[in-house]
Amino acid sequence: MHPAFSVIFLTTLIGAGQGLFLALYTAQSYAAFGLLPAQDGAAFHGPGSLMVLLLMGAGLAASFFHLGRPERAWRAAAQWRTSWLSREVIVLPAFMGSVFLYGLLHWLGWNPALARLSPDFAVSPQMLVGSAAMLLAFALFVCTGMIYACLRFIQEWHTPLTVINFILLGTASGFVLAAAFSSTAAPDLDHFFTGWALALTLAAAVFRVAALMRNRRLTPRSTLQTAIGVKHPRIAQKSQGFLGGSFNTREFFHGQGAGVLRGVKWLFLALVFVLPAILLATALAEPAAGPLWATFLLQYAGLLAERWFFFAQANHPQNLYYQAVA
Amino acid sequence: MTQLALVIDLNVCVGCHACVTSCKQWNTSGWAGPMADFNPYGADPTGTFFNRVQTFEVGEFPHTQTVHFPKSCLHCEDPPCVPVCPTGASYKRKEDGIVLVDYDKCIGCKYCSWACPYGVRELDEAQKVMKKCTLCVDRIYDQTIPEDRRKPACVIACPTSARLFGDVHDPDSEVSVAIREAGGYALMPEWGTRPANHYLPRRRTAIRIHPDELVRADNPLTKEDVALPSADNTLEDAIM
Ligand code: SF4
Ligand code: SF4
Repeated sequence: MHPAFSVIFLTTLIGAGQGLFLALYTAQSYAAFGLLPAQDGAAFHGPGSLMVLLLMGAGLAASFFHLGRPERAWRAAAQWRTSWLSREVIVLPAFMGSVFLYGLLHWLGWNPALARLSPDFAVSPQMLVGSAAMLLAFALFVCTGMIYACLRFIQEWHTPLTVINFILLGTASGFVLAAAFSSTAAPDLDHFFTGWALALTLAAAVFRVAALMRNRRLTPRSTLQTAIGVKHPRIAQKSQGFLGGSFNTREFFHGQGAGVLRGVKWLFLALVFVLPAILLATALAEPAAGPLWATFLLQYAGLLAERWFFFAQANHPQNLYYQAVA
Repeated sequence: MTQLALVIDLNVCVGCHACVTSCKQWNTSGWAGPMADFNPYGADPTGTFFNRVQTFEVGEFPHTQTVHFPKSCLHCEDPPCVPVCPTGASYKRKEDGIVLVDYDKCIGCKYCSWACPYGVRELDEAQKVMKKCTLCVDRIYDQTIPEDRRKPACVIACPTSARLFGDVHDPDSEVSVAIREAGGYALMPEWGTRPANHYLPRRRTAIRIHPDELVRADNPLTKEDVALPSADNTLEDAIM
């Protein structure tokens, strides 16, 4: 497939946004059970939520560049019964809305105990809104992943690993961002976030490499023989029916050689997994704001490469019909 | 239930592209138009087409066969392109099984083109909406066109009659008989899309005899003012 930058930015930016929110929520849950020191909401969760919203908004803006008719985008909410894309279009603003509310509650510091489950655990508006947003964050990961995983003839994508990787890569980059942010805004949390970020980065590495290994062993189910229905071992295309390009030759080919593809693969493996893991392990021993921010930027750049590769590697069966110009 | 479709005879197609040009002519000036053309006379022309004719060489020289392969939307009975559409712009008509795009609803997200394994949907670069073969839906029901010409433009244009059009759910239709008798098949059956369009394979050519080849059309007797003989009225009666 042709990697479109609109979709690359959309999926990586909202992934980091969802991950950052999950990090904020995790910290608050730990604090609710007294496992972490409570934070000043106006100084940490409030600005953190704003950062989530900025990332989601930037992703949303990028997605509009993907549409031929962006002014009609609202129509995309219609077919949620059958279309994962439609579901994503609904869940994304719902998630942003609940994060906005979550940030606002923290900003205002409004958190009365609505009910007490035990003497030290109170159900509060912040917890309720946060839990809803947490569910929506996961729902959004599933929608985004399923948009690709549900296309059964794009075999590289048609696996649960696609959804798992969207979840793990997004949360990993979000937790790295949380670690960097807390090293500036809430230094007593950065150890906590750095630990999580390292664990998630390593887990993401395991599943992403598993997907790479799976895709290496794929045999295409469609062949030129089934594409035109001629049962002969030797078929060669002589003409695709036109001399210039068409939508079919632009949208479904990445136009790069195998060497570039291999290069991008090693690049993202280094930038997303190896280097951040080393940097995070160092930060665990010696936390510092500068290196943590650098880790986030490095990993995010790697995720752009990862997403480019994700699209480029997907081989659409329609390409069988476009192998020779004339 | 009706399922309109094309049956394309690869044994007959000579790759002349008459269907391609007639399709473009009809559809660019009709409901589905205009169909964009950029740089039509330049070095790198590109544009929207619903139908393309491709050419494949089968076998190894000198024992090769050239297969011309017209390719358009197959109007799948289980179309994977329809449920993925977020807006409902892509739909399959209940009454005749034609898969269409509502150009007023389409947002040009291209997701349906990813979901079609055959690569027959094309985003119109001028209108920025998805387009594909409509089976000439604005022609086949048009009461102002003589009845025998209410067929897709490509079917009428094909000089070798390689394209048949009809209801593949009616077992007695021309297309169903052709599929049955000539071994018609569907493309990429492995995905379970159940294309309505079928292709007839290369096969040993059989002579096709039309009724007008058996009965003299220019029977001179019909030009004379004579009644044809019947049981009680013999030729002799007519002469006398
Ligand atoms: S051929 Fe492609 S566009 Fe046409 S109905 Fe089938 S899946 Fe949809
Ligand atoms: S490009 Fe148009 S028809 Fe295709 S999925 Fe998007 S909105 Fe639907």
